[in-house]
Amino acid sequence: MIENKKYKNSYNFAFIDESTKKEVRRKLLKAVAIPGYQVPYSSPEMPISRGWGTGGLHVTLAIIGREDIFKIIDQGSDASVNACNLREFVQAMTGCKTTYDTTEATLIQTRHRITEEELREDQIFVFQVPMPEPLRSVERYEYRTRQMHGEADYAKMWVSLYESFVRHGGIMRGADYPVKVNGRYIMAPSPIPRWDIPNLNQSKTLYLFGAGREKRLYAVPPYTTVEPLEFEDVRFTIEKFDNLCYKTGYRRAFLDELYLDDGSRHFVINDSNFLDKIEQGGEIKPFINPYIQQIEL
Amino acid sequence: MSALLRVRNLTKIYGEPGERTLEQTGPEWNSNICPETDSIVACAGVSFDLYPGEVLGIVGESGSGKSTVVKLLYFDMEKTAGSAWLRPYNDGRTNMLEASGQQKRYIRNHLMGTVYQNPRDGLNFSFSSGGNIAEKLIMAGSLHVGSIRERASFLLEKTEVPVRRMDDTPASFSGGMQQRVQIAKAIANNPPLLFLDEVTTGLDVSVQAKVLDLIRELQQELGIAMIVVSHDLSVIRMLTDRTLVMKHGRVVESGLTDQILQDPQHAYTQLLVSSLL
Amino acid sequence: MGYIAVKGGSDAIHQAKELVEFYRVKEQTPPVSIEQIRTQMRLACDKVISEGGLYAPEYAAIALKQSEGDVFEAAFILRAFITTLQRRYYSETINTREMFIRRKISASFREIPGGQVLGPTRDYTQRILDTSKIDETLEDIRQFLTRFEASIDAGKIQEITSYGKVIDLLKREGLLKGVGNAEDTTLKDITREAIKFPAPRSARLQMMARSETGGLMALGYSSMRGFGNTHPTVGELRYGTVPVRVKDSSGRVRYIGKIEVTEAEMITTMKTSKKNSVPLYSIGYGLCFGQNDTKAICMGILDRAMRSPEGNAPANDAEFVLYHTEGIEAMGFTNHLKLPHYVTFQAGLSNIRQAVERANAPAIAKAEPVEG
Repeated sequence: MIENKKYKNSYNFAFIDESTKKEVRRKLLKAVAIPGYQVPYSSPEMPISRGWGTGGLHVTLAIIGREDIFKIIDQGSDASVNACNLREFVQAMTGCKTTYDTTEATLIQTRHRITEEELREDQIFVFQVPMPEPLRSVERYEYRTRQMHGEADYAKMWVSLYESFVRHGGIMRGADYPVKVNGRYIMAPSPIPRWDIPNLNQSKTLYLFGAGREKRLYAVPPYTTVEPLEFEDVRFTIEKFDNLCYKTGYRRAFLDELYLDDGSRHFVINDSNFLDKIEQGGEIKPFINPYIQQIEL
Repeated sequence: MSALLRVRNLTKIYGEPGERTLEQTGPEWNSNICPETDSIVACAGVSFDLYPGEVLGIVGESGSGKSTVVKLLYFDMEKTAGSAWLRPYNDGRTNMLEASGQQKRYIRNHLMGTVYQNPRDGLNFSFSSGGNIAEKLIMAGSLHVGSIRERASFLLEKTEVPVRRMDDTPASFSGGMQQRVQIAKAIANNPPLLFLDEVTTGLDVSVQAKVLDLIRELQQELGIAMIVVSHDLSVIRMLTDRTLVMKHGRVVESGLTDQILQDPQHAYTQLLVSSLL
Repeated sequence: MGYIAVKGGSDAIHQAKELVEFYRVKEQTPPVSIEQIRTQMRLACDKVISEGGLYAPEYAAIALKQSEGDVFEAAFILRAFITTLQRRYYSETINTREMFIRRKISASFREIPGGQVLGPTRDYTQRILDTSKIDETLEDIRQFLTRFEASIDAGKIQEITSYGKVIDLLKREGLLKGVGNAEDTTLKDITREAIKFPAPRSARLQMMARSETGGLMALGYSSMRGFGNTHPTVGELRYGTVPVRVKDSSGRVRYIGKIEVTEAEMITTMKTSKKNSVPLYSIGYGLCFGQNDTKAICMGILDRAMRSPEGNAPANDAEFVLYHTEGIEAMGFTNHLKLPHYVTFQAGLSNIRQAVERANAPAIAKAEPVEG
């Protein structure tokens, strides 16, 4: 007897079917084996719009297990609307515990920020990536950028940084600053601020990158060298705030700029969980890197 | 003294050649096109040696194959047959026409320079003129903006481009100045070999003269070996030590430039020389 | 009043969801049935199954109801639905010569085997707003159907058969250019692997079969208007049903049902680089689910245009055409600009402020009197 299952909505664990999950995991292994190299993958459609995190979701759903504790942030905030939507989706499809606490989470998905707290070896950090191709601004065609990566022909990228310096006195790349991974591939770290770039280098955690719309996966394995592109005499710098968080007085974090109703301008720590912890007097374990250390406490 | 560049049997055929294609094309047939297969023999059987510091001219009219020879040697095109050995590349033991993509890029960046007839082929108009030169320097491994700018200024000065225009894009330059930026870029890494493909064609006569003077000065000062392609014998006369005359894809005459000009042997060369103003 | 951290994210999206549902039903009109949408909004459903890439008209109707008639959203819903379905078979190649014809026209010949069959089309109607549709009743519909059925000549039904193609005529005469060795004939499944360029024709046609009609239309149009040189003739445009077959586990080929498709074969000439060689015809091909003349025709135009990549119009550029007519991706990414970008913006602000500082610095230095 053929059962009429037409209108029953039951989903596989983590929504995606098992063979697609296998494909994503195989491609992730390849990505880990070749740090910084973009691996094409099938990128099936999700109930979330393209450009709104499908790549990050693919990675998360392919690797998540029932015991995982899941955290998701958008622009540093757990409560941001898109993060809430994605969190509900993952929760509904896996039944996993979710958390706002960076140190409690085992799997973290992010849009455009790395957490202020240092990530550990037992955690995995997944980036949502809009434009995986770092050379797109200097070369519009995919077949040419593929060749450029294959031959390590990055001159055009360097010249565009030179031109930026010549025209504006500084390299005007803000977020999504190009980096060189493991001394070989130039990679787009996703639009994280320059503040976060040094935390990619020699990190304890596995970084995975998913670009759903463009259908590419890439990875930075733990303890891999990641260097921002810089000249010997025009060096990479992180954002300068010259300010402190008006709620906590903390200086060594990426700050959001706010304008209050009375027109006054204030800065506040962007990472919402980090801000909460400091406000509540909890223990914090921030990333330490040479750039942050130069900021006085 | 051994040759800097040795070229043997350089051949480029478009389409699908038959067995008799080479026999049925060339100056005796007055045609590049094979009557049986319709394939086009752009050049065939071109062989020569080039010594360090020497300037070789290749002269001929459109369709003679002179530009093809240079495009093949600069890797802008794939050969059909032939070999070329460059002494600084692996001691001249490897046929550079069969090198891998990466090796070819290395040779182009470090051991060769090219100046094209159309500046848009040799320069990137979305970069500044300094940026164009920087590209060459960066490809050779230089990552210090200060030194890059110093060298770029030095080169622009040498090619008589006003240094204050270093940060302007070549789009706003005159034709002559664009060519001079190309020259600056081409010699940026002190390559032992420079290709000049019809570099003054299309420029005003007075500007031509200036560019040619510059090339001659640079050659004497830096001692670079050059291959100069032109349809204009007066350019050849001014710049070159030896010359190859090409017609319909083949070399019809070769020798010292002076000798060829005074005593041309082949009928076609005689025609060319007689029409020299 | 101090800044309140955006903790209400969850609440906000739930309220928004409630609100959009409110907008859908606040007028309290009788709920429209899925059957009504599927049957009376047939062409909207056809667009949704075509752009969603899933042949399921009923689900398309549900999606259209759910999205209040937004075809982009509905196609998106179907695409997402595909991901939940198991992939069991690839069908056997469908031969559209087996098509049970509903519509068959050719602009290339005045008369073709089987005749020019206009079929169900509004092409030759006048687009005058029909306000009588306001008062339409089920009784009106029944009366129309009774009249219509009475006018069918039962004797002629037996004559209906499947028809050879117009291009077969050209092929017989030796006027069609063969595909040749230069063409990449590998068969890709673009739902299983990411497209890489240069892409084989199978990938290009698959992508276009799911492309957004408006996007294809704009580029096809551009190609005819001077931003390109493709001005083809409709060799044949067909709409009808075709049988779908799969091989079961024992290797037997089984019929599993039929689907409606629109197929266009656009006849164009190909320029040859060789002298004295005959310029033969080549076919620009288009095929999509449901009835959608525009899409099939534009697919044919663009299929032909992309085979001449040396042309420098946008329509000749496969990367340009295929990336940008992918409706789901395009809609997603253009709309993603609505997402918060304040960190990205802050990162840029920092740079701009420093650049302004640098630009003002020499002026300040000059203004300072030099101390002795």
